[in-house]
Amino acid sequence: MAEIKVPARPLSPHLQIYRPMLTMMMSIVHRITGAGLYFGMLILAWWLIAAASGPNAYAKFQWFMETLIGRLVLVGFTWALIHHMLGGIRHLIWDTGRGFGPVEREWLTLATLIGSIGLTILVCVFGYLTLGGVQ
Amino acid sequence: MSAKDTYRTPLSRVRSLGAAHSGTMHFWHQRLTSVALIPLSIAFICIVIALLGRDHAWTLQILASPLITIIMLLFIGTTIYHMWLGMQVIIEDYVHDELPKIMLLMGNTFFCVTVALACVYAVLQISFRV
Repeated sequence: MAEIKVPARPLSPHLQIYRPMLTMMMSIVHRITGAGLYFGMLILAWWLIAAASGPNAYAKFQWFMETLIGRLVLVGFTWALIHHMLGGIRHLIWDTGRGFGPVEREWLTLATLIGSIGLTILVCVFGYLTLGGVQ
Repeated sequence: MSAKDTYRTPLSRVRSLGAAHSGTMHFWHQRLTSVALIPLSIAFICIVIALLGRDHAWTLQILASPLITIIMLLFIGTTIYHMWLGMQVIIEDYVHDELPKIMLLMGNTFFCVTVALACVYAVLQISFRV
């Protein structure tokens, strides 16, 4: 009887021991930032309604945004918006069928993360400098 | 197979959507709005930076200028439509029971319509009053 030889095939991915990869982490971060921005739009609505309502309502909004939590929310919203936008550009590139190679997809994914953090710092520094110019 | 051998209605065959109920419009509109939102989001960030820390009168003055009002309306409309589509996908991916899924999809629409109306009304009121 001939011996059955089992060739050394790669094992199928097992979800519980699957090594986290940057592309899959950024995939879920894209969705989380999208969901965060969804509820973050309430702050935009608050800002606009406060501005339309009058100086008192606007002063309340400004007071909140100057607290530590308000500042963190503003920086978080900025980062989420920029990250979601860069991730969206990456998805648009992928939609054309380009950038799927093992090197390109890692490079693109890393670029969205570094780009979003870098641009957020840039926006915050610029915002803080113009803010300092007023007060 | 001729049309007589199938239970599918002629309308169903013409639509050729099968069990999917809808075609690629959702996908296409998600992409369409995402492309539009690249310049609109950059413009929005610039507007917010320009208004950081400014007082109420100054903010109204800037927001009421026609160009800023138009950019804000485009940004709000495109963003709300984009996030309505996006949240629909998230709900459909994670909620499989029919009743909670439909309730959440309804809630998604109510939320988006309300936020959109509130933002648009406020922008127009600022713009027409100043």
